[in-house]
Parts: sequence; C-alpha cells; structure tokens
Amino acid sequence: MDYITTIGLEVHVQLKTQSKMFCACPAEYGVQPNSNTCPTCLGLPGALPVLNRRAIEYTVLAGMMLGCETPPVSKWDRKNYFYPDMPKNYQLSQFDLPLCLGGNVPLYAHCYPKDAQKDIARPEQLIGLTRIHLEEDVAKSTHAAGGTTIDFNRAGTPLMEIVSEPDIESPEEAFAYLNSLRQILIYGELSDADMEKGQMRCDVNVSVRPQGQEELGIKIELKNMNSVSAVRRALHYEIKRQVEVLKSGGELVQSTRRWDDDLGETQQMRTKENAHDYRYFPDPDLLPVRTGEIIEKMRSRVPELPHQKASRFVADFGISDYDASVLSSDRDLAVYFEAAAKDSAAAKKIANWVINNVSALLNEHDIGINDCPVTSSKLSALVDLVESGELSNNQAKEVFSALFDAPDAEPDALARELGFEPAESGEIEAFVDEVITANPGKVAEIKAGNDKLINWLTGQVMKASKGKANARQVGDLLRSKIN
Amino acid sequence: MSDSAAHLSITELQRDYRSGKRTPVEALTDVIEAIEKKDPGVGAYLSLESGIALRDAENADVTLPLGGIPIAVKDLINVKGQDCSCASKFLQSAYTSTYDATVISRLRKAGAIPLGRTNMDEFAMGSSTENSGIKLARNPWDADRIPGGSSGGSAIAVANDTAIAALGSDTGGSIRQPASFCGSVGLKPTYGRVSRFGLVAFASSLDQIGPMTKTSEDAALLLSIMSGSDPLDSTSLSDAVPDYLNELNGEIKGLRIGLPVEYFTHGIDPGVRQCVEDAVSHLEKLGAEVIEVSLPHTEYAIATYYIIATAEASANLARFDGVRYGNRAPDPNDIIDHYRRTRAAGFGDEVKRRIILGTYVLSSGYNDAYYVRAQKVRTLIRQDFTAAFEQADVLVSPTAPTPAFKIGEKSGDPLQMYLADIFTIAANLAGICGASTPCGLVESDSGTQLPVGLQVLGPPLGEGTVLKVTDAFEKTTNWHRRPC
Ligand SMILES: [Zn+2]
Repeated sequence: MDYITTIGLEVHVQLKTQSKMFCACPAEYGVQPNSNTCPTCLGLPGALPVLNRRAIEYTVLAGMMLGCETPPVSKWDRKNYFYPDMPKNYQLSQFDLPLCLGGNVPLYAHCYPKDAQKDIARPEQLIGLTRIHLEEDVAKSTHAAGGTTIDFNRAGTPLMEIVSEPDIESPEEAFAYLNSLRQILIYGELSDADMEKGQMRCDVNVSVRPQGQEELGIKIELKNMNSVSAVRRALHYEIKRQVEVLKSGGELVQSTRRWDDDLGETQQMRTKENAHDYRYFPDPDLLPVRTGEIIEKMRSRVPELPHQKASRFVADFGISDYDASVLSSDRDLAVYFEAAAKDSAAAKKIANWVINNVSALLNEHDIGINDCPVTSSKLSALVDLVESGELSNNQAKEVFSALFDAPDAEPDALARELGFEPAESGEIEAFVDEVITANPGKVAEIKAGNDKLINWLTGQVMKASKGKANARQVGDLLRSKIN
Repeated sequence: MSDSAAHLSITELQRDYRSGKRTPVEALTDVIEAIEKKDPGVGAYLSLESGIALRDAENADVTLPLGGIPIAVKDLINVKGQDCSCASKFLQSAYTSTYDATVISRLRKAGAIPLGRTNMDEFAMGSSTENSGIKLARNPWDADRIPGGSSGGSAIAVANDTAIAALGSDTGGSIRQPASFCGSVGLKPTYGRVSRFGLVAFASSLDQIGPMTKTSEDAALLLSIMSGSDPLDSTSLSDAVPDYLNELNGEIKGLRIGLPVEYFTHGIDPGVRQCVEDAVSHLEKLGAEVIEVSLPHTEYAIATYYIIATAEASANLARFDGVRYGNRAPDPNDIIDHYRRTRAAGFGDEVKRRIILGTYVLSSGYNDAYYVRAQKVRTLIRQDFTAAFEQADVLVSPTAPTPAFKIGEKSGDPLQMYLADIFTIAANLAGICGASTPCGLVESDSGTQLPVGLQVLGPPLGEGTVLKVTDAFEKTTNWHRRPC
C-alpha cells in the first residue's frame, strides 16, 4: 500500500533590527554574555515592554513579499509557560490577530536539493501560508556539568514566525520551501536566515496516511533540526518510521519528537496528554497596533522577488532561464551581474563570467560577492575587451586574476602590463596560413561542406598563437582563405 | 515635638523652607525621629533610607517644586539602589532595584527625596495589609484594627504624621480604602495618567500609582509632577497635564454631584452612612447640586474584578521564579522542583490563591466562560460610568462600607474581605479617577474613634474636578487634619 505524506512547517526567523522587540537594547550577537540587557528584557519587577516599530514594519514587508494580507488591527498576547530562558515566564506573542494572514512561498527549482532538481514532482508549486506573526525570542541556555548558564542577550529580540499550511508532500519540497523562503527574506533584507547560525529555526509537523484515506494521519512534530539538509534527513527518517509503524499494524500517537542528527533518528519528547496549555490572553501592557500607516509606508519598499528578477533577466538580457535562476538565487550576485550587464552588449558573456570565473575566484578566496575586489564596471570593461577582440578569453581570465590582487588597476592597462598586446593581424594571418598548409586533408573536407572542422582549425591557430588571437577573427579568416 | 515638621503637609513645609524657618535636613530629621518613636507600634515602614535621604536633604534645592520634601514609597515601586520587596518573603533582601520607576525619576527631578519603603499586602493583594509577608501593620486610631490595604503602610505613615506624603498604588481601591480607614487623603488617577513603569505589576490593566497625602492640595501638587506621557509605558496617556494645585479655588457652586443608588443600598455601617450623608449635605451647602444616578452593573463588579485581576496577576507574578533574583529554595532536584518549592516558600496564601484562580480562569475550556465574559461585563461597567457622568460631574459615595475592621476579623473569609472594596473596585474596571478624603469619625464598639472616608469619583482625566470637590470639603470641615 502506498502512503501519502503531509508536511507543514513553522519557521522562526530572527529579524535584522538594530534593537530588541520591546526595549532599546541592541539586537546583536557574539558580544559578552548578558551585556545587552535591561530591566525589560531581564523581566525585572516593574519593567514594561514598548513596541519596536521597525520589527512590525519588517514583518508587514515580509507579508507583502509573500502575498499575505495584513489586517487593519493586530494585537499582542501573553503565551504562558515556565522555562528558565524566558525572563517573564510568558512570551509576548500574537495569538488571534497576527500581522499577516494567507500568502504563499513559491518552490524555486534551484532551491531543491541538487540531486533532486531533475525530478521535481510538482514544478513551480506554491506552498500556502497560514499566518505570520511577531514575537520575542528567548534567552540562550547552555547546559554544562556544573549547571546551566543563561545568556539574556538574545532574550527579547524580534522573532518572526511563519506558519505554512500542510501543503508540503515530500522532504525535498520541505528543503526547497526553506531555501526559497530564505532567499525571499534575504531579498527583503529582513534576515540573513541562516539555519546553522540559528537565524532561522524550524519545527516540522508531519503525518502519513494510506492512499485513498481522506482524513489526515496522526500529526507528529519534529524539533531540533539545525540545517536545511537536517530537515530533509529528519523527514526521510520520520516518514519511513511512521509508515513502518502503520504497516506493522501499530498506532501512531500525536506527539513531539526530537531529531538527533548524529544518530540519525527521531526520539519521543512528549505526547499530547502532557502538552502545554498556554493560556493566551491579550497583553495589557501593549496597545493593539493599527497597521494602515505601516502598510502604506512599506508598499513602496517591496523588492523584486527572485523569480521576478530571473524572468526580467531573461527578457532584458537574453540570458538563458538556467543562468537567470542561478544569478537571481543570490540577491547580491544578481545585483552585481545587473550592474555589469546593463551597459554592455555582451550580457550573455557577462552572465557566464559571473557564474563561472567570478564565483570560482570568490570561492577560492572564501569571500562574498560584496567583497569582490573587481567592481562590476571593471568586469564589464574586461568582457568588452574580449568582445572587441582585443583580448582572448584566456588572457581575460589572467587579467581578471590580476585585477583581484590590484583592484585599483584598469583592465586595459593591466592587460598591456601583462604583455597582452592585441595580436598583429599579419602575425595571425601567418599562423592561419601555417595551419592551412599543415592540414590539407581537413581543408579539403571543409571545402566539401564539413563546416564544423573550421572550429578544429581555429583551435590549432589559437594554440599556435598561444591564445593571443581572437577566435572569431580566426574563424572568419580561415573561412575566407579556404573558400 | 509640637514644632516637629513631621505633622506638616507638603505645602506647609515648603512655606517653612522658603521663609527660612526650617531646612530640609531639620525637617527630615524630625520625620525620622517621628518614625523611630511612633512607627514600632503601627508597622508602616519596612525600611528607611535615612543616610541617603539626609545627604539628599543637605543638597536640596528648595526652589524646586518639591525641593527637600521627603516622600514615603510603597514597597512595590522601584527606587534605584533600594530593596523592593513588595512585602513578600520571596523578594525580601533578595532584590535591589537597578532602576528608578518613572514616577520616582519625576519626583526626584522636582526635588523630592525618597525616604523609606512602606508596608503593604504582599504584591498589593489584599484590603487590610494583613497579607504583608514581612510585618504586621496596625491602624493608628486603634491598634487592634487593620489600616486597610493594600497601601496600608503609606496610609498609616501619612495619618500618623510619620511621613509628609507618600505614594500608594490602587488596583481595586488600594489607595482610597486605606486612606479612608486611616484618615488620610488618597487619589487614584485615571488609568494611564501616571506611568506604571517601575511599579511592580499586580493587574496591569487596573494598576495606577497615586499620591497619599494630608490634604488634597498636596495630592494635586504631587499629581501634576507624577503625571504625563511616558515613552516607557505604552498605556500612559499623552493628554496635557494641568497645574492641578493652581486650579483648586474652593468653588463648587453648580457642580452636579451624583449619588449612585446602587452604592447606598448595600450593607453600609450606619455610622458610615451618617457621615457620608452629612458630607453630601455639606457639599450641597457649598453650592453643589445633588442628584441620584444609577450604575446598574454594580453587582457584577467584584466578580468581574477578581477574574480580570487574578488572570493578569497569574502571568505578572510568573517572573518570580528565583532564576534571576529572589529567594530560592535550596537543593532542587530539577527545574520543576525548583519552581514549586521556591514559589511555595516565597508566596503567602492570598497570593497563591489569586495565582491559582487566575490560572484557572485563563485555562483552556474555561477562558471563554470566565475571562472573555468578564471583559464583556467590564465594558458594561465602563458604559455605566460614561452614562452617569453625562448627568453628574462627580459621583460621591462612602469609600468603604465600614470603618476599619479588627485584625483577624476577615482574614479567614476571603469573600468578606473582597467586599471591603465594593465601592472602589468599579473605578479601576472603568479606568476612571477617584479620591478619598476624611468626612467624619465613628465610635467603635471598643470605644475608639475611627475615621470615615468620602469617595469622590470623576470621569477619565477628571482629577481636577475631583480634587476641587475634596479640597473644598477639606477647607470647610477639617476632618482631614484630626490627630489620631
Ligand atoms: Zn533590554
């Protein structure tokens, strides 16, 4: 019997605001433990919360990018439970009037795992969202032999929770969902959304049911996945486990399970019987927010989304769908490409350069595109030199490497410094003549109509000129001499 | 002793400072002496900050609005560097404030000197100060009786001339009722008029800090300084703050005084009733017009209050877990054991009772029947007052149905205790303002004289009108300055 899998995700995202959600403390990480604290985020008696307007704006913007609706009024509620990392023993969150409702996340093809991109079950699928709300993060506990230490620097920082509908059908879709969502959040400059840094955290609800059964299976929640690939691994394990239980005639119970990435298995944490009753009620310290003005303000700040940018690149620059999606998968890379390509006649070549040569060198130096020493305008100038025949591809690559180390130099000056004078046409003609004389058989075949061999002869000329010649010129010259 | 500054009001003391008759250090020394002499019998103070206060007094600038005026502070308002125990064993000697409440910074800026911390019901939960986890408090008029609560210590200190003025907080009558029982003046401002930042929360949607003083003039003076919008309290109101003192002209001719019929049918003590009726006649003689008004949902006020207040309290008091501050139970087995034993040992019975009640009314399955319904009734109660204030400028009633009762008389019966707040609670639910001023004395069965308070309620931001009435009353009766 076949089983259908149903998955829903609850994703928590740290917002990149300057200050915390309800106090003026800086929201920064990696500083001395408990240095960014005040009476409010330590939950001292008598301290009160004050809303961080920027965090609300960011959440509304996230909602706009994901096609959500923001109701006119949104309010704050207390979610009550005791835990040492929560200073007030209630979390300020949003219960029944969240900032965003509805919306969806498009599953981008390039966001699937590499090994699954060729076999996407539901191409261009949209995953529906239930809601997005804002809440405060908790402190960070560290358990050690001597006891537990708590760092309240993170306590009270803004956390956006994005809840999906149970629309996801496979671990690979869950993987793509998280990557697509991450890209969109980065596009909005709302979060760096790196799961391994805890900037994005994810709880997964998964159930299986036999094919033909309408009603959803028993929902099981998975926690403690610290990367997008761990989510995929945990789901593969858990789906297999649930199916095996059902196949062997067993029964599943609604429960929460913890993923152990080292052991590669999920372990039961608690069942529904001992689930929390959070006793939500409206926080009397905070007034409800009227969202009208915020919506107006943020409307003009909605950026182009990855898939919109990709389509535009195809239309504006004539690059392939594949290149466009690779470029737009990284917002900064896309910005770099567009800056280089906008005034160039060789946009396709620039796309190729950015995807291959530029990315390779960045990886080699372990830096991001924003730290690339070769500016987009210099790349553009360099590619123009290739296009005009002044430099061969190989020469341009050498110039590019040199530019990496001498970012102030100009590409043409650097090319001359490296001795890459454009080859004299007489010199090239001599090479062409040499190659024609040396390969009478091939020349005869070309005369007989096998035009492809021109490329082979061109290669010989390029070799003879040590890459100095321009391949297109050589090809033209060969053709005119042979015919 | 007769020349001690301790019996003076703020305005009287200011006059002496400005005429050069006294210095702040002399006055403060008088107050400290009075406390040392008289407080052991009544237990108004939990601690004194004499050293720091005397240093502040030496540097006092008497040209400031409250320059050199010592103020007693209820033990749930944060004063930087001072212990803040909320009269709870949980916090006793285990939490020192790291910051000033907004009211304290405003009072300091005006020159006032925080002098000491006053006794109260633990976490402001109670009507008699019998729930203090630290010290028994007694009524200065009759040591066998309670001073009222929860701001019992502040009420005692002002009435007993061991403070010039004090701060209290009022969640369901906690300023007005003890003021009534001790014979002092107490004002609960409109919700949001005074910042709550730094006030340890009991019920956040009901709590207000207010002045407890010897005269309405002093209350007006303090209120002008304490009030106003605060960026640290989102529920504070941004409306301009009037000079309340300057507006007290004794003129109440034509003012419409409403008597809520529902407030005069409950079991009011006959002596109290007589005092209040006399006071109403007196106000009429001063030119006020007296009418009857109705507050039809009065009978639901106490039930509504004990649902909303305890629900909020159950969350507000969750932070007292012994993780970051407070007294901890030793050697817990695990975190749950730590919470259980720390909170069991730290909180008194009434606090536990209210946390349990509040947790219950918010619980899944009961929330709609209790909490949600109580919020609806609260709206009806608010509408009652809106309608009443269309007919009357202020409402007048007894502050409490009886004078101060005996220590232990009601402590075994929470419901009887809750009824002591029957006339004051609705004002907090409606968010309106109100004051209590002394309006007479009744003789107790043990032969002691006990003060009776007149409650004057005003519409939202109607503090000016309320104080005008109590001030006019005080200036023509002098019940408020009877020595106890
Ligand atoms: Zn803070």
